[in-house]
Amino acid sequence: MRINDLTNWLDERLAISTLMHLADKKEVPVHRHSIWYYFGGMTLFLFCVQVATGILLLLYYRPSAENAFESVQFIITEVKFGWLIRSIHSWSANLMIATLFIHMFSVFFLRSYYPPREITWVSGAFLLIIVICFGFSGYLLPWNKLAFFATKVGTEIAGVVPIVGRPILRFLRGGDDVTGATLTRFFGFHVAVLPATATVFIGVHVALVQLHGMHVPKKYEDSYQRMKFFPNFILRDAIGWILAIGVLAALAALFPWELGEKADPFAPAPAGIKPEWYFLFMFQTLKWIPAKVLGMDGEVLGIMAFNLIALLLFIVPFIDRDPENRRRHLIFNICGVVALMYIVVMTIVGYVAK
Amino acid sequence: MKIENCKFQIDPVVSGVRLLKDGSRNLQFRVCNFQFAMAFLIASFLLLVLANAAFAQKKSSCIECHIKLDDTRLSAPAKLFDNDIHKSRGLSCNDCHGGDPNADKKEDAKNPSKGYLGKPKTLDIPAYCGKCHSDANLMKRFNPSLRVDQEREYYTSVHGRLLKEKSETRVATCISCHSVHGIRAPSDPLSSVYPSNVATTCAKCHASADYMKPFGIPSDQFDKYKTSVHAKALYDKQDLSAPTCNDCHGNHGATPPGIASVANVCGQCHSRQAELFQTSPHKKAFDDKQLAECITCHSNHAIIKPNDQMIGTQQGTLCVNCHSNGDKGFIAAGMMRSRIDELIASIDKSTAILKDAEQKGMEVSKPKFELKGATDALTHARVLIHSSSTAEVDKVVAPGLDAAAKGYQAGLAALGERRFRREGLVVSLVFILFLALLVYLKIRQIESRSASASNKG
Repeated sequence: MRINDLTNWLDERLAISTLMHLADKKEVPVHRHSIWYYFGGMTLFLFCVQVATGILLLLYYRPSAENAFESVQFIITEVKFGWLIRSIHSWSANLMIATLFIHMFSVFFLRSYYPPREITWVSGAFLLIIVICFGFSGYLLPWNKLAFFATKVGTEIAGVVPIVGRPILRFLRGGDDVTGATLTRFFGFHVAVLPATATVFIGVHVALVQLHGMHVPKKYEDSYQRMKFFPNFILRDAIGWILAIGVLAALAALFPWELGEKADPFAPAPAGIKPEWYFLFMFQTLKWIPAKVLGMDGEVLGIMAFNLIALLLFIVPFIDRDPENRRRHLIFNICGVVALMYIVVMTIVGYVAK
Repeated sequence: MKIENCKFQIDPVVSGVRLLKDGSRNLQFRVCNFQFAMAFLIASFLLLVLANAAFAQKKSSCIECHIKLDDTRLSAPAKLFDNDIHKSRGLSCNDCHGGDPNADKKEDAKNPSKGYLGKPKTLDIPAYCGKCHSDANLMKRFNPSLRVDQEREYYTSVHGRLLKEKSETRVATCISCHSVHGIRAPSDPLSSVYPSNVATTCAKCHASADYMKPFGIPSDQFDKYKTSVHAKALYDKQDLSAPTCNDCHGNHGATPPGIASVANVCGQCHSRQAELFQTSPHKKAFDDKQLAECITCHSNHAIIKPNDQMIGTQQGTLCVNCHSNGDKGFIAAGMMRSRIDELIASIDKSTAILKDAEQKGMEVSKPKFELKGATDALTHARVLIHSSSTAEVDKVVAPGLDAAAKGYQAGLAALGERRFRREGLVVSLVFILFLALLVYLKIRQIESRSASASNKG
């Protein structure tokens, strides 16, 4: 009786039965490409892992040039299971970016951005930028040699952009050079600004997915089956998440994330500095681009091209909005395949290049 | 006051000279303050006159004539002088050689009545340079920090004594080392007495067997020096503080250090070793046997990098050259070597296990850093062997062994931790896979239930 009273009391205030009714009605389309639906949820799950492990790391991490490296060293050597938390945080970050790319390309090739899902795509594109910023800012936080110089090179690249480049560089670095001030503000972005922004965009993104439901490719519109979201789909999601925990645990135990040497701003840059793998294709492009292209500075041109591509990414659903336009459909498919091939090839080249 | 209808307007209010455009499109100069303009013109004129005077070359008929001569012996000084430090300080030919650089005729320029001295004889060169370089008051005008005792010191050197006492003109004088007419500051990398050029400069004479023959001294010093640890530091590592000829022999007072002073020479840099040697039993024994201290074991010009094989009781070690089985020195040498070997083995063992742990992904930078305590102890022990005291060596080897043992324990702990992680992973994976299996079975159960419900329906 008392439990019923409590349930009724809560229901009156939170409309739980209405929500449960909605959840009960929610269905997921089942067809040949349903597998791709899981990658959005997997990205979200890995984001939650990041939040949880990030909060634990915050208990010991100290964001200053004098203490950052030592505090991470303390976490992985002295704190009970600190090594596990730190390694999972690093591995999960990388897996999250990988699943995010898979999710984005699957959405692109399945044309899930067709009306009325344009805003869902745009919020996803914002989340891609936010996640990349998460990666870039988090990479510096252990204050090790590689991270220090990668940040130096990364921010220098940002500084090359005409007119706004220099102010952006100074804003990112907190001065003319990468110093403790850079570390402090990267920490601020990483644990406050970006999580807050990400939460808003994830909220919008997930809410829109609920509003519009899962997109069904045109080919299967007339022949697909349905699966209940609760519990059938969510339990399948759960299997993926449980296995993801297993993968993360295995990676952390077998390949603990290295700490390296403490950053020394006065030391010369070590040979063969490379950014994280998800920046490699851009890095390799900038390395290969000639110094001068049509009288323009090659590096500037390369950076502007990447900015333009990022802008195009945002407006994809506003250019390709007619499911009947087969010619445009083909052009977009070619562009997508070329972009994917380019990213894969240049990443491999960047990885093996000295 | 304003003058209307005139191209020049004088306005005492505005200062400066400006070009203006009026409504009728005529260009006008507005000169503000007439006095100011006049003062400006006079100042400009004076400036031109002064600049002309300053930039006018000081006449030197010596260079004007000599530079044109076909005989390279006579033209070279004029050409070389362009890079000479004396020229950069405002000195010219006549400041050393006398004469009149303003005279256009050779006879007038080289007139002895005008103080012309000509080329100095070899015997006179030290005094010739010393005219200025031994004069403290004069040198203050050019380089107050430069010493003025070079000439006096030179006459104490073997070179100087031979020149003065035996009128031996084949010996080195100022110009043999510093060159002549193209003299550069010793801090100039192109100078013949720049640290990395000193040995080559000395070798010009000292590496020539024919040249050294009359003096009865060997000529292999330079070849030997090139194989030494000092030369490697100087040439390979570009360490300009590494010793070259003059650092041990002196420069202006160049003399081979005698038996009694060798230790002092080496002790200028290796002060701790020299200090320990002075307190060791070797000191008295070396003095009694008239042995030169450092070089008896380390040699002089061909000083190789010291290694642990130099000490001990095995054949090939230096100790057995004097000590024989059973004597106190023999026993001490054996013990010191065995303690050092023990420390090296312990460090190697710890380094290997830490490296292994690191390669397996374990974070061991802290124990690796702490292991430096053991390597520092090893360095210290290698220095302490100059005391010839096993007890002194042991004082640093013992803590070194402790530090190395701690490093080894840290390595063992890291590998143990790695094992624990792997075992923990296996247990976790079993649990995780079991959980995934349970969820999978739940899905099947739900779906088979709903399928049978829909079949019934």
